[in-house]
Amino acid sequence: MTSTKGAIGQPLTRIEDPPLVTGRGRFVADINFPHQLHMRIVRSAHAHARILSISTQAALALPGVYAVWTAADIAEIGPIDFREGKIEKLEPYRQPVLAIDMLRYVGEPVAAIFASDAYIAEDAADLVEVHVESLPVIIAADAPTGEFAPGLSTEAAIVAQGFGDVAEAFANAHAIVELDLSVGRHSGVPLETRGAIGRYDTARDVLELHGAAKVPHKNRESLARVFGRGTTGLHLFEAHVGGGFGIRGEIYPEDILVLAAALRFERAVKWIEDRREHLIAANHSRQQRHKIRAAVDEKGTLLAIENEFWHDQGAYPRTHALRVAETTCGILPGPYHLGAYKATGHYRLTNKTPAATYRAPGRYETNFVRERLLDAIAVRLGISRIDVRRQNLIRKEEMPYARPLCVLEDDVSYDSGDYAGLLDKSLAAIGWDELQDELTARRAKGELVGVGLALFVEKSGLGPSDGAHVRVDTTGAIEVITGGASVGQGFETVMAQVCAEALGTDYKRIRVIHGRTDRIEYGIGAHASRATVMTANAVHAAALLVREKALTLAGELMQCEPALLDIVEGNVVRRDNGAGPSISLGQIAHHLRPASPTRRGHAPGLASDGWFETAHQTYPYGNQIAQVSLDRETGAVKIERYVIAYDIGRAINPLLVRGQILGGFVQGLGGALYEEFLYDANGEPLSVTFADYLIPTLAEVPDVHVIIAEDAPSTRNPLGIKGAGESGIAAVGAAIASAIEDALGVPGVITSIPVTPQRLKRILKDNRL
Amino acid sequence: MKASAFIYHRPETIDEAVRLLGEVAPDDGRVIAGGQSLVPIMAFRMARPPHLIDINRIAGLDRLDTQDGWLRIGARVRHAAFHEGAIAGPTGALLAHVMRHIAHHPIRTRGTFCGSLAHADPASEWCATAAALDGVLVAQSTQGTREIAVRDYFEAVMTTALRPDEILVEARLPLLPAGTLTGFCEFSRRSGDFAIAMVLVTLRIEEGRIVAPRFTIGGAEAFPRRLAEVEALLTGAAPDMATWRVAGDLAASLLDPLEDSITSGEYRRDLVRALAPRAFQQACA
Repeated sequence: MTSTKGAIGQPLTRIEDPPLVTGRGRFVADINFPHQLHMRIVRSAHAHARILSISTQAALALPGVYAVWTAADIAEIGPIDFREGKIEKLEPYRQPVLAIDMLRYVGEPVAAIFASDAYIAEDAADLVEVHVESLPVIIAADAPTGEFAPGLSTEAAIVAQGFGDVAEAFANAHAIVELDLSVGRHSGVPLETRGAIGRYDTARDVLELHGAAKVPHKNRESLARVFGRGTTGLHLFEAHVGGGFGIRGEIYPEDILVLAAALRFERAVKWIEDRREHLIAANHSRQQRHKIRAAVDEKGTLLAIENEFWHDQGAYPRTHALRVAETTCGILPGPYHLGAYKATGHYRLTNKTPAATYRAPGRYETNFVRERLLDAIAVRLGISRIDVRRQNLIRKEEMPYARPLCVLEDDVSYDSGDYAGLLDKSLAAIGWDELQDELTARRAKGELVGVGLALFVEKSGLGPSDGAHVRVDTTGAIEVITGGASVGQGFETVMAQVCAEALGTDYKRIRVIHGRTDRIEYGIGAHASRATVMTANAVHAAALLVREKALTLAGELMQCEPALLDIVEGNVVRRDNGAGPSISLGQIAHHLRPASPTRRGHAPGLASDGWFETAHQTYPYGNQIAQVSLDRETGAVKIERYVIAYDIGRAINPLLVRGQILGGFVQGLGGALYEEFLYDANGEPLSVTFADYLIPTLAEVPDVHVIIAEDAPSTRNPLGIKGAGESGIAAVGAAIASAIEDALGVPGVITSIPVTPQRLKRILKDNRL
Repeated sequence: MKASAFIYHRPETIDEAVRLLGEVAPDDGRVIAGGQSLVPIMAFRMARPPHLIDINRIAGLDRLDTQDGWLRIGARVRHAAFHEGAIAGPTGALLAHVMRHIAHHPIRTRGTFCGSLAHADPASEWCATAAALDGVLVAQSTQGTREIAVRDYFEAVMTTALRPDEILVEARLPLLPAGTLTGFCEFSRRSGDFAIAMVLVTLRIEEGRIVAPRFTIGGAEAFPRRLAEVEALLTGAAPDMATWRVAGDLAASLLDPLEDSITSGEYRRDLVRALAPRAFQQACA
């Protein structure tokens, strides 16, 4: 099919790096327009209160202040919609762009200041007075529900999925194992905070949003509805993006405000979020409590799982609506057979920052919950943690394996996988059996050491379709136009590699377009580990069509069958005589100019669209093993060794896959041991700076042994690709919790993450260790 | 996170600086040297000084030398100046070791020793060090110069005997006698974070017995202090693990710990109990 270059599968360095490492990057804060105004948001200082009045006169009187808006100034703009369309039941709970009558979390936008510079805007924000009547707060999702508004409970929805006869399975069980587990509130905290610049081009009647990320095309559709414009009159532009992780690039109040102001004032309006704002205003994630129980037979076979959970959504549903809670239901069973299953989730609103997706949403949580359950079953039945898992694993010969569950509105059907085989690789890598002896010896000397493991199934490449356009100009330069997005993951390099492989060119000579709605009509952006599966396959399809066209014309010009031709380093040559006559792709593009006399009846241009369509997602999988030692006096946890094995199906670029895994691991470590958004009893956020919200630094990150497997290529796309983005993070909480409990030697005591030193010290003391 | 407006002054002499401070102190004017604490607080607008007096141009404030058995540290001396080998003897070794626990390298190249004392964060390593060594601080204002013993200096969290119109121009630390052993341990969530508790010990061992022990806790209370009861217990005791553990237990029981929504007083006691033997082991290693 392809040629000499073999760009796919190579650990090539990134084409996007030179500007980033030489100070030439251009992030949203670097973008400026003439006569721009700076926006500052006045945020609620109250977790729950009724607004009595808002006084803006003093702010307006400050020299340099252009306007101050409250909800009354944008009455024509409704609350923020859900990305995937209308959800009747949740409609009344949607967040207004600026608070109307009620304040529901500290950080909620109340007013917007527009001023000539950012300092004046912040001075003015201090002068806005919000008079309120305080109301009782709800801080915990498992606390009694309250009233969101007259007739509306703070339990905004209940999600449920399941199959089989759960009651019968529990009635016939040899044993029932129950746990009460909690995952802390944390989130993706990119080093670049959010930013948005609205600009209205009065000459062309085009509204522009700069600083887009993640899903520019989807957001354009939503924003077009907000402003009653056609999508052709609204364009989104992505700059360099310093991390996305799911939370960046959703539509937030600030995005709508800069656009509304740009339209009304006919001036560019710039907003750059500060760190404190980011930690209280951008999406939180993860916080759930699970009461889970399993019915097992005497060998530890999972007969049924019943799970009731409380999903702490914060003050409002966000653009994802129920997605995280739904995914929690659908993905929880993971790599194991399960006779019957019932999951019921309480989607509860609390007076905290709203929550949504964060890298591996619903999986970080459920991997922790399910793998804790497997450990508990092993203890209960006196069998090893490995055996209980191994005997419940779905076998490779059972693939594809469907079950009547749903993830991202897609019926669950695992496409391929050898879960047991990959487990063997990891156990061998860490030397599991010998390690047990070593740990026993160390424990005998008084050390608290342990090892834990977690298996997981990821999901990636949500369809149904994506397209790309590949064109070669008359100089031979190649442009790949995608509707994808780059959040720093190496998108350009991967797309260039796939195109280079198909076209027989140097990947470094390929320019990859992404994050621009003015260059391509459709796009899926970058989320849910989709880009490489969907967009790369579309690029591949487009590049193969360009190749075919190039070889066809070259064959005619060289009087040779196209099948006898190949493309080597951008030149079409005869396969049987590489040193013989050749014609470059640029020359072929020249022949294909619209006015070219040698076009020979072909459609103009050396270019093609390409599309990829798939009926189902693809399901990568992996496992993680942690070895830890505990400081019994301080409660500190030291990660001594860590193994991550992951089957990617086919690695386009192993270097980037490894980078994705390691970066994800660091974030997972944060959720396991360090990161937590804490609130006091009044709903006051306590984690509002990087001194309080503890992201792991290099000093906290251990070496990780990464095993990238290609044992089970996806059967759902021509390249066999599965996604990589969320694998590193997915099971870190699960594996570390398992290891800590093993080190303690007391079953059932690690029931929540993060395991902070103070909490671990409490457990050590309670268990007289 | 943009600071509110302020007027920036950059005097060339200490006399001009104290004169300016005398004028603006009633309006909450502040001195800035390294700015590693003040600037973030200003960015959060938790401090809104209308005047800042930058002392970085004042000659002589960068002195770091020893004289008559005292180490003299001028107001412009950065944390990083106390690197290994910069100062001889056990005092130099202690300061170099403590310095590596202060935040991260870029901060250590800007922040100053005297600035840490003036700011008086409970978690300041230099405050604990100055308390442990019974340092003396030199404060200057338009009314002249006065010395404040560190033991009389701290009053509450970030509250000291330094008056708003005074500049802390120098800190003086008595040099430890040759043969003094020193140990310093702290516990923080991450490398470089504010410590939740710290213990600093100095002692000599003569004929198998502990002589002249100093035992200082920091980070765990509103401000650092020596614990005389622990020092009394240590004096003349055998330098062994049993002693260290008893000292740690006693220190923990004497603690009046800081407590907040995140860190309990009990946990700070646990940490002091854990850190004390480690600091001694380090000293005696």
